[in-house]
Amino acid sequence: MPEIRAEGVSKIFSRKPGQVARLIFTGASAEDIRAAGATPAVLDATFDVQPGEIFVIMGLSGSGKSTLLRMLNGLCTPTSGRVHVSGEEITSLGAKKLRNLRQRAVSMVFQNFALFPHRSVVENAAYALEARGVPKAERLAKAREFLGLVGLTDWADRLPGELSGGMRQRVGLARALAAETGILLMDEAFSALDPLIRRDMQDQLLSLQRSLDKTIVFITHDLAEAMRIGDRIAVMREGRIVQIGTPQEILTDPADDYVARFVRDVDRSAVLTAQAIMLPPGEALTLDKETTVSARAPLAELLVPAAQSPVPLAVVGDGGELLGVIPRETLLNALAGCQTGQEREVSLG
Amino acid sequence: MADDWLPRIPVGDAFESGVDWLTENLAPVFDWVEKVLDSGVSALVWLLLAPPTLVTIAAMAGLGWWLRGWRFGLISLVMLVLIDSMGQWEAAMSSLALVLAASLVTGVIAFPLGVLTARNDTFSTIVRPILDFMQTMPAFVYLIPAVMLFSIGVVPGIVATIIFAMPPGVRLTELGIRQVNPEMVEAGDAFGAPPRQVLSRVQIPLAMPSIMAGVNQVIMLALSMVVIAGMVGAGGLGGVVYEGITRLNIASGFEGGLAVVILAIYLDRVTAGLGARSAVARAEKAAQHA
Repeated sequence: MPEIRAEGVSKIFSRKPGQVARLIFTGASAEDIRAAGATPAVLDATFDVQPGEIFVIMGLSGSGKSTLLRMLNGLCTPTSGRVHVSGEEITSLGAKKLRNLRQRAVSMVFQNFALFPHRSVVENAAYALEARGVPKAERLAKAREFLGLVGLTDWADRLPGELSGGMRQRVGLARALAAETGILLMDEAFSALDPLIRRDMQDQLLSLQRSLDKTIVFITHDLAEAMRIGDRIAVMREGRIVQIGTPQEILTDPADDYVARFVRDVDRSAVLTAQAIMLPPGEALTLDKETTVSARAPLAELLVPAAQSPVPLAVVGDGGELLGVIPRETLLNALAGCQTGQEREVSLG
Repeated sequence: MADDWLPRIPVGDAFESGVDWLTENLAPVFDWVEKVLDSGVSALVWLLLAPPTLVTIAAMAGLGWWLRGWRFGLISLVMLVLIDSMGQWEAAMSSLALVLAASLVTGVIAFPLGVLTARNDTFSTIVRPILDFMQTMPAFVYLIPAVMLFSIGVVPGIVATIIFAMPPGVRLTELGIRQVNPEMVEAGDAFGAPPRQVLSRVQIPLAMPSIMAGVNQVIMLALSMVVIAGMVGAGGLGGVVYEGITRLNIASGFEGGLAVVILAIYLDRVTAGLGARSAVARAEKAAQHA
C-alpha cells in the first residue's frame, strides 16, 4: 500500500472555483483554463509514493511542483482530486484533524530554512515537538539527539544567524526529523546552498535515509540532484506530470521532447548502470577470459576495464552469476545517448 | 461662503447633536471612564512624586543607563536635574503620568486592533480610513467634544491623546505582523501548530521590532498632545506653556518647553532601547557579529 497517493489532483487559482472545476472535468488544457481567467498551478496529477521511497518532483519554477507538495500535507487544498496520506483521505479533513496529521505523520523542510531567528538552534529543532505539545525538557532532549545526528551538537545553543547556510538547513532537517514522522516533504531544500555544500547535504540525506527509512517527497529544479537522490522522478511541466520513472528510465526513455531536452546535459556515465545497457550474453561465453563488472556499477566505472579488455565486459550479479555483456560499442553508444542495449535488442528482434 | 445654489449641509450641527445625545444618554458610562482615568493618573502622579525628587531622578537615569549605556544614563541625569532646577519637576511628572496613562490605554486598544487588522483583510480595509481620519483631524478639534463629554481637567486631555496617538500603534502592529516572512508562518502551519500559537510564538515575536517602533511613536505623539491638552486644564507642562502664552511670559514658557524637549528625548531613547532588547533585535545583532 502506498504511503502517499494522489488521484487526479488539480489546483487552480481563480475567483470562480466552481466554473473552473467543471473545466477540468471536461479535460480542458492549461490554455483553456488560462483563457477562462484562472491560473492552473497543478493539473490532474496522479502518482503513488511507496514507503521508504525518495520520490522527486522535478520541474522549472512555475511548473506547480511547490503547490503539488503543499497539497500533500493540506497546506493547500486541491480544487479537485483526492490525496491519501498513510491510508487517510486528507482533502476532506477539517482544520483540526489536518493539524493532527501534520503533527504525527508529515513534516517539512523549507527552501530558505524557515528557522526562527529569535530562538536558539536547539529550540528551533524542537519546534515540531513544541507544536505537538511535548513538555519542554523532553522536546529539548530529543532535539539535541537529532542535532547530533546531523552533526550540530556543538551549535545547539547558538542562534541560527550565527550559522552558515548549510548548517542552517541541517537544523531545518533536524527539526523535521525530530518530529519522527514517517513522511518528509522537502521543498527545494538544498537549492539555496552552494554547489559543494549541496552535494554534501545530498550525501548526508542519502546516508540518513539508509538508517531512517522515511518516505520522502523531494522537490527540485535541478535534474542532476533529482537523478542523484531520487528512487523515482516525476517530471512536471506547466502543472502537469509529463513522466514518472526511475532516473534511468527518464534518461534512456524520455516521454517527450521536453523531457529529452531536459536530460540532454545530464552526466549519463554517473546515472546509467551496467545493467541498464548490457546485451544478453551469447551462448559460447565463459567467464574465464572476460573482465567482470558489477551490474550496479555506473558507466563511469566501466571505462577503464572496457579500454583494457580485448573482449566485451561481462556483467555479473551480486552472486557472481553472468547477467549480460557490454561490448565497447554499446558502452560508447550509451554514453553518447544513442540506443541502449534493451532497445537495440528489441529493434534487432 | 458657499455658493447660493449649493444647499448648506449641516455637518457640524449633526456632529454637535451627536455629541449632545451622547452626553445626555451615556453620561453614566462617561462618568465611569472619567473616574477610572482620573484615579489612574492620580496614582501615577503620586508614584512619581512620592519619593524624594533626587531618588526618582536617579531611578530614571539608572533605567537609561541599563537600556542604553552609561553615557545616556549620565545625560539623562543632567537633563532631569535641569528640569528640577528650573522648578518644573512637578509639572513634568504630572505630564509624564499623563503620557504613560494615555499610552498604556492606547496600547491596550491598539495592539489587539493591530493583530486583527493583520489577520483580516476586510477589517483592515474598514479600519484604515478611520485611522487616517483620526490622525489627520487637527488634534485641537478632539478637545472640544472631549470637554463636553468629560468635564475640564485631566481626562479630556487623555481621551483626546488616546484618539490622536492610536493610529501609529495599530498600523505598526499590523505592518509588523504582515511583514513576517510567510515561510516562517508556513513552517508553523506545516508542523501542525494551531493558528493562535503561530500568532503568539512566531508572528508576534518576529513583529516585535515594528511593534516597539509603534510604542515609541505612540508615546511621542502622546507627549505632543499632552502639551496641547494643557489648554483644557490638564495641567502639567502643557499648563505651564499655555500660561506662558496667555501671559506673554517668555521665561516660564521657554522653561516649560525645554522641559518638554527633555522629556521627549528621554522617552524616545528609552523606548528605542526597549526595542533593541527584543529577542529578534538581539538575534540580528548576533548574526552581524557572526
